[in-house]
Amino acid sequence: MPEPRTITIEVLRYQPAEGNKPYVQSWPVAFTDDMSVLQGLQHIKDYADGSLTFRWSCRMAICGSCGMMIDGKPQLACRSFLREFYPGPLRVEALAHFPIERDLVVDAEDFMTKLARIKPYIVPREERSLAEGEYRQTPAELERYEQFSHCINCMLCYAACPQYGLDPSFLGPGVTALLHRYNSDSRDGAKNERMQLVHAEDGVWACTAVGYCSEVCPKQVDPANAVNQNKTASAVDWFARFLPGHK
Amino acid sequence: MARRPYVRTMDGWWKRDAFFMRYMAREATAIFVVIYAFVLLAGVVQLARGEAAFAAWVAALHSPASIAMHVVLLAAFIYHTYTWFEIMPKTMPPIVVAGRKLSPGVITGAGLAASAVLSIALLLVVRALAS
Repeated sequence: MPEPRTITIEVLRYQPAEGNKPYVQSWPVAFTDDMSVLQGLQHIKDYADGSLTFRWSCRMAICGSCGMMIDGKPQLACRSFLREFYPGPLRVEALAHFPIERDLVVDAEDFMTKLARIKPYIVPREERSLAEGEYRQTPAELERYEQFSHCINCMLCYAACPQYGLDPSFLGPGVTALLHRYNSDSRDGAKNERMQLVHAEDGVWACTAVGYCSEVCPKQVDPANAVNQNKTASAVDWFARFLPGHK
Repeated sequence: MARRPYVRTMDGWWKRDAFFMRYMAREATAIFVVIYAFVLLAGVVQLARGEAAFAAWVAALHSPASIAMHVVLLAAFIYHTYTWFEIMPKTMPPIVVAGRKLSPGVITGAGLAASAVLSIALLLVVRALAS
């Protein structure tokens, strides 16, 4: 087995009880090739400083908890490996554009509120009784939204979106991708309601097509595509009201 | 303990990442497009003012300073064109050909190829008309 190498991990720390400003603290961490950045942080917490605070759960890029800025880029700590940053030092910081609650933990309240607003669930187009059976869908109908259903709410796209950073009232990439996922579902009937959020000033028109959200997405959801498809949908809706017979 | 979330500044955000700098370059090259629109507009105004005025405008276009400016404008235009076709796949609904979604590379490539062909065709037409 090869000798473990050592890398310095610098963490932007914020302890609200101690001081008013975040500060950088670093630790040398011995690592093997299979160790993720998350494991590096866990090593620090277990052996060097138990007060280091960060979120994590699944360790396999599906829970979306361990998003953070790793060398300036929004990434999942469980999906980035220390070897990629050797010889270092490696800089870790809480997700950009969100208020820091403590160390690497951000305040996700804004994201959660927006997520609830878009009704991220199917509102049945027609109520069916159990006896009538399930809501069926063809593979082509599934294909229309499947990519957008892969979102894990990790918020990396928000940390990649300067428009969200500059004006947090913007609905943002991830939530719009999920909005689009439900609006594109043949079983859903709440599209008109959700489109009100799309049309709004803080809806899709706050996007300037930077496109970085789609680059950092660990699930290839392509939220920029969802946002920009809805610019077209919003424009079509606006012009459609001039047509006779439009409600 | 009461919560005291810390909000980081957005000052200089575009210098934080090379991706943001490329985005700002894309947006900034739009200014060069506006400059060239004014050059053409000046030509239209001079044309309306008569033959002598228009001839003076054409002569001004042939000056070394104007040629240097046009080289810079062309470079900015090419970059601007490239960046917009690069982002184009992210702005479109999926295009399905023979049961498969068209890849972003194909969409960007097709856009760039179309703009190259049209530019060359336009150049040939203008040259034919001028001779």
